[in-house]
Amino acid sequence: MSSLHEEIQGVRAQYPDPASATLPALRLAQERYGWLSPEVFREVAEALEETPAFCMSVASFYDMFHLKPVGRHLVEVCTNVSCALRGAQQVLEAFEEELNVKAGETSEDGFATVRTVECLGGCGWATIVALDHRYRMNVQPGDVSAIVEELQANG
Amino acid sequence: MADLKPIVLGGADERDLTKLAEYEAIGGYTTLAKARRALPQAIVEELLTSGLRGRGGAFFATGRKWSFIPKPDQNPNPHYLVVNADESEPGSFKDHEILARVPHRFIEGCLITAHAVEARHIFVYVRGEYLGPFEVLRDALEEIRERTDILGDATIIVHRGAGAYICGEETALLESLEGKRGQPRSKPPFPAISGLYASPTVVNNVETLATVPPILQMGGEKYAQLGVENSTGTRVVSLSGNLERGGNYEVAHGITLRELIYDVGGGIPGGRQLKAVIPGGSSTVILAADEIDVSYDYDSLAQVGTAMGSAGVIAIDDRCCMVQLGIRVSEFYEHESCGKCTPCREGTRWMTQMLRKLEAGEATETELDLLLDVCDRINGKCLCPLGETAAMAVASYVDKFRAEFIAHLEGGCPFGSDSPLDAVLAPVAQHTHSPVAVVPA
Repeated sequence: MSSLHEEIQGVRAQYPDPASATLPALRLAQERYGWLSPEVFREVAEALEETPAFCMSVASFYDMFHLKPVGRHLVEVCTNVSCALRGAQQVLEAFEEELNVKAGETSEDGFATVRTVECLGGCGWATIVALDHRYRMNVQPGDVSAIVEELQANG
Repeated sequence: MADLKPIVLGGADERDLTKLAEYEAIGGYTTLAKARRALPQAIVEELLTSGLRGRGGAFFATGRKWSFIPKPDQNPNPHYLVVNADESEPGSFKDHEILARVPHRFIEGCLITAHAVEARHIFVYVRGEYLGPFEVLRDALEEIRERTDILGDATIIVHRGAGAYICGEETALLESLEGKRGQPRSKPPFPAISGLYASPTVVNNVETLATVPPILQMGGEKYAQLGVENSTGTRVVSLSGNLERGGNYEVAHGITLRELIYDVGGGIPGGRQLKAVIPGGSSTVILAADEIDVSYDYDSLAQVGTAMGSAGVIAIDDRCCMVQLGIRVSEFYEHESCGKCTPCREGTRWMTQMLRKLEAGEATETELDLLLDVCDRINGKCLCPLGETAAMAVASYVDKFRAEFIAHLEGGCPFGSDSPLDAVLAPVAQHTHSPVAVVPA
């Protein structure tokens, strides 16, 4: 397996200006380590020939980058208008109850992080829930326990 | 059932057009070959004839936008085509479907456009959350990787965002593509003159580009006969909210909003009544239920004070509290404000606070006046439209449903938990605004 440094150099070479590789580099790092710790920022910065502070300033702008540790699974419930009109809040509460965790937090055993997110772009198929970034459509509160079991089967 | 006119999504119900062989079986990529034999100027002319206007939200004439690109002798820098696939407008999910179902038609549109504006490098900025559409697009590109007859000398890079609504604003998108925080630039200069890497850049929406091959296939004149004057052709409309049949439907401009909601969308479920309609994504001015006999086109919607935006139609039924709607919409823009311009960064937060006081029954008319005053102080005072659209949308709820807002002054919310928007947890409430990570040593 190639090192993060090598992967980032590969991405930098694709762009006319290697600075464009900041977001892809941060994503590669997060896929590898789970979240962006201060150490990870130093590693990414070194590969990008940037400062750790610059990398953090960019990462902190975007919702998908985690600046704190997250659970092994990520449950993101859209609560924007179209989903909320179709009962997204009840779907969120079902996940909170089933996983014994409050929205915005990670369960004590590190199994899952549950959070609400802004519009995921699936409004006609509300409620949209992103499970480890894969969309589930038309989710209703009654579907939640089966979804959680599925996640648990995946470890 | 009102007439559906699949042009952008044409053939996708009958065949799996994510596959190159299927797309080629219906004549895919032949329009590109033909276009490459024509002069770039001829393509621009055809687009001008078609009347196509940008489907991202601003509705700017596509051919005109392309014609702003300086000739190579006027500006020696390379030209870039940047695709805005950062679809994030609440209520809009059409590009999701276009990328996931007709990726090759979209790619063909990109390659034709690159020829028309003499660009060799194409960047597709896909919002980070769209993992499914990204994978479909990646696989489609993989299928044509060895096909030099299709790709020509063009390179296509798919660049994934990382979660920021503002990156749908074209200059913020360019900043993000350059590896920075996605904060809008001051305009002018416009991207056509100084865009990506300070070079001439065309930024087009996914649907706009996917419409280009069918236009050239049928001819600009024939395309212009679809739809209505100033809003030619078809639109992939996203229907959502309290509807029997939410989803994307491609219709000719000029269908009425009532037809979209009752005929196409199947009406309001549960025997409830329609209360209001957001006609073009949450950034647009709301319409009351008695205002929906309006033609769904640019001019007609402008006449009733609103806009098609990104064609996300959200139907709202009579259980819904308009103050709660205001809170949820305001919280969205508060969360997504990039923070660069003070009126937007602070104003959206103030809007949320005033609305929360109203909802809790703790407000007097002073707060209602202050809410409208804050909206007024955002309008026209920022680099990009984010704050302004938040202010105009929320002010329209007060304008159209004033009695309901006044009722909140006398003892709080008359709807309470009967409204589906009651106590909805928005992402902004999950965040602290203080730094969340330790500064690296």
